[in-house]
Amino acid sequence: MKAGDAMLKRFKKNPSSNFPPFQSFPEDSPYQFLSGKILTQTELPLPVEELQLLEEQSLVMKLPSLTNTRSTWQCHRCGTDKPYFFARFPHAGCRKKCTYCRNCIMMGRVMECEPLYWFSPLAVWKKHHSPCQWEGELTNAQSNAAEHIVLAIEKREELLVWAVCGAGKTEMLFPGLTYALRQGMRVCLATPRTDVVRELFPRLTSSFPEVEIQALYGDSEEKSGSAQLLMATTHQLYRYSQAFDVMIIDEIDAFPFHNDDSLKWAAKRAAKDHASQIYLTATPRKKEKRRIRQKQLPTVFIPSRFHGYPLPVPTLKLVTTLRSRLSKGTLPKSILQRIFNQQTGKRQLLIFASTIQYAENIKGILSSRLLVSSVHAEDPARADKILAFRNRELDVLVTTTILERGVTFPSVDVFVIDAGHQVFDEAALVQIAGRAGRSHKDPDGEVIFFHSGKTNAMFEAQEAIHQMNIKAKNQ
Amino acid sequence: MRCVICFESVLPEVNWTNFLLVQKEVKLCTTCFEKFDVITEPGCPLCGRADSSGVCYDCERWEGSSYQGVLTKNVSVFSYNDFARELVARWKYRGDFTLIEAFAEAAQTKYKNYFQMMEADLVAIPLSKERLLERGFNQSDALITLLGVSPHRFLKRRGSEKQSKKGRSERLLGENPFILVKPTERPVVLVDDIYTTGMTVRHLALLLREAGCPEVYSFTLFR
Repeated sequence: MKAGDAMLKRFKKNPSSNFPPFQSFPEDSPYQFLSGKILTQTELPLPVEELQLLEEQSLVMKLPSLTNTRSTWQCHRCGTDKPYFFARFPHAGCRKKCTYCRNCIMMGRVMECEPLYWFSPLAVWKKHHSPCQWEGELTNAQSNAAEHIVLAIEKREELLVWAVCGAGKTEMLFPGLTYALRQGMRVCLATPRTDVVRELFPRLTSSFPEVEIQALYGDSEEKSGSAQLLMATTHQLYRYSQAFDVMIIDEIDAFPFHNDDSLKWAAKRAAKDHASQIYLTATPRKKEKRRIRQKQLPTVFIPSRFHGYPLPVPTLKLVTTLRSRLSKGTLPKSILQRIFNQQTGKRQLLIFASTIQYAENIKGILSSRLLVSSVHAEDPARADKILAFRNRELDVLVTTTILERGVTFPSVDVFVIDAGHQVFDEAALVQIAGRAGRSHKDPDGEVIFFHSGKTNAMFEAQEAIHQMNIKAKNQ
Repeated sequence: MRCVICFESVLPEVNWTNFLLVQKEVKLCTTCFEKFDVITEPGCPLCGRADSSGVCYDCERWEGSSYQGVLTKNVSVFSYNDFARELVARWKYRGDFTLIEAFAEAAQTKYKNYFQMMEADLVAIPLSKERLLERGFNQSDALITLLGVSPHRFLKRRGSEKQSKKGRSERLLGENPFILVKPTERPVVLVDDIYTTGMTVRHLALLLREAGCPEVYSFTLFR
């Protein structure tokens, strides 16, 4: 334990020069699946004797799990040091008042009396000769971005890819991924949203059929997280340290990553010190925009969609009775009429509501005449409902902001009910509008923001989309 | 102050009362507070569930079985809604011990109203050693401590099976997993987190009653 303490101090002070004296996992080691992981005692998948053996070979180190600084604690799994995340309880294991971390409690309890186990990040990964079997072709804008990405990985640099919704970000990554896998690098593609992982995973596996790829999220079937190419929600990165040569974070501006320092800390630590960091976003937040302006963050910008058609610009519709009707559990007649009119066309309809309650109310109102369902973050049947909508088994899907990004439906119109609500900030509205006109066959779509009073967010979103279209035209 | 459940900061409204007097500590934000469903009027007089008028079907079955009269009455604080289910998962299975503070005020009030006059001994549901080490604490011990009393240990667990993973019939058919260590002649209140089928408390109650305990009640957080 003491050695661990001292090591961690050195490690924290100067992370690059004092990398602990780990050995590399020998090739074909049955324990390579643990490489780069940080686990609690209860998460260890090994009997004690095997663990000891690994310890003697410098393949695993014990680290203190919580350290006490002058005024507060720090959790070494999630990095948090906010005092209100720490509590003490009478622990039956150590028979003392034991401090534990409440920030990452949903991933299992980290306690003062139990160390963390860090498995050597050094391992030999396979060099794939030609991993990518994708046969599509990149557009000019896409291949320009792809070249930048390859270069950033080669030089182990940071890069922000600012690409509008529907620019085809995933495909732009393929040359970069191919390069990394040829070099025998370990790659993580992380994102804050589970739905994004679910959507991207099958696309990656079909494009890289011979590469071992795993998807890791809260209730994923795969739990080991041992693959060379790992897809994960950003929360899963709490369980890695210095593991990846390339860290790609998709949708960096999404909740909860964008305002959670602990997740950002974890994403940094999960990557090697000299790893290439690639961020993807359609709607960078102020902090990133400032770094772009100050030329501190290398950026590549893709203002046009892969099919070359402009982004649908949202129209604003004022409905003064909107809020009073919503609070009574009904919808204004004009909106109902719009919805039924829309349904006479060929497209499906995606409706965004401000709260779970309103989403369910709207579903209830429409269900007498249409095939409709509603989803929200805690909905256990979320994945099934999204699939049913994609398979056109539903006419209308009513959702909270949970579906604002990462999901693609080929041919939808998008209505936002009460777009003035605070949950719909500029980024959310741009993303929501970006759900329409995604496919080559139907590159257009109607986007309507129903509101009872214009907000800056609505106006800025409209303006941002408009600007993108102008830039795309001039390209 | 931060809400003990969602960590949002709680800003107590300043008025003359709390300006002049010592303030009660606020543990919950209003959003989380409102998600609790406090049982104000028990529908079933025996098991305390809210959604029943008169003795419920489950209790009728108990009273017609060999467990007739074994448990005098159950009192519960909250209905076991989705919110409660999530909290219990985080509290008991993930081990977020401090969440118990969220239940404190309501549980203490309820306990006072029903049991304080009774001079009964409070007994926790015993956990097996393995389970205790896995969780790090015994949830019913923790609840009794929360009520400001120290728990009595009249009973012990034999096996180590998880009740929550079993269906009703499985639970009812199972053997009694507890053994009596020390008989008592005073009334007893069994304290647990959830009353689901009522099997656990009746297993314990039966052992106590057979050894001369005059009355056994149960007090649970959720029903």
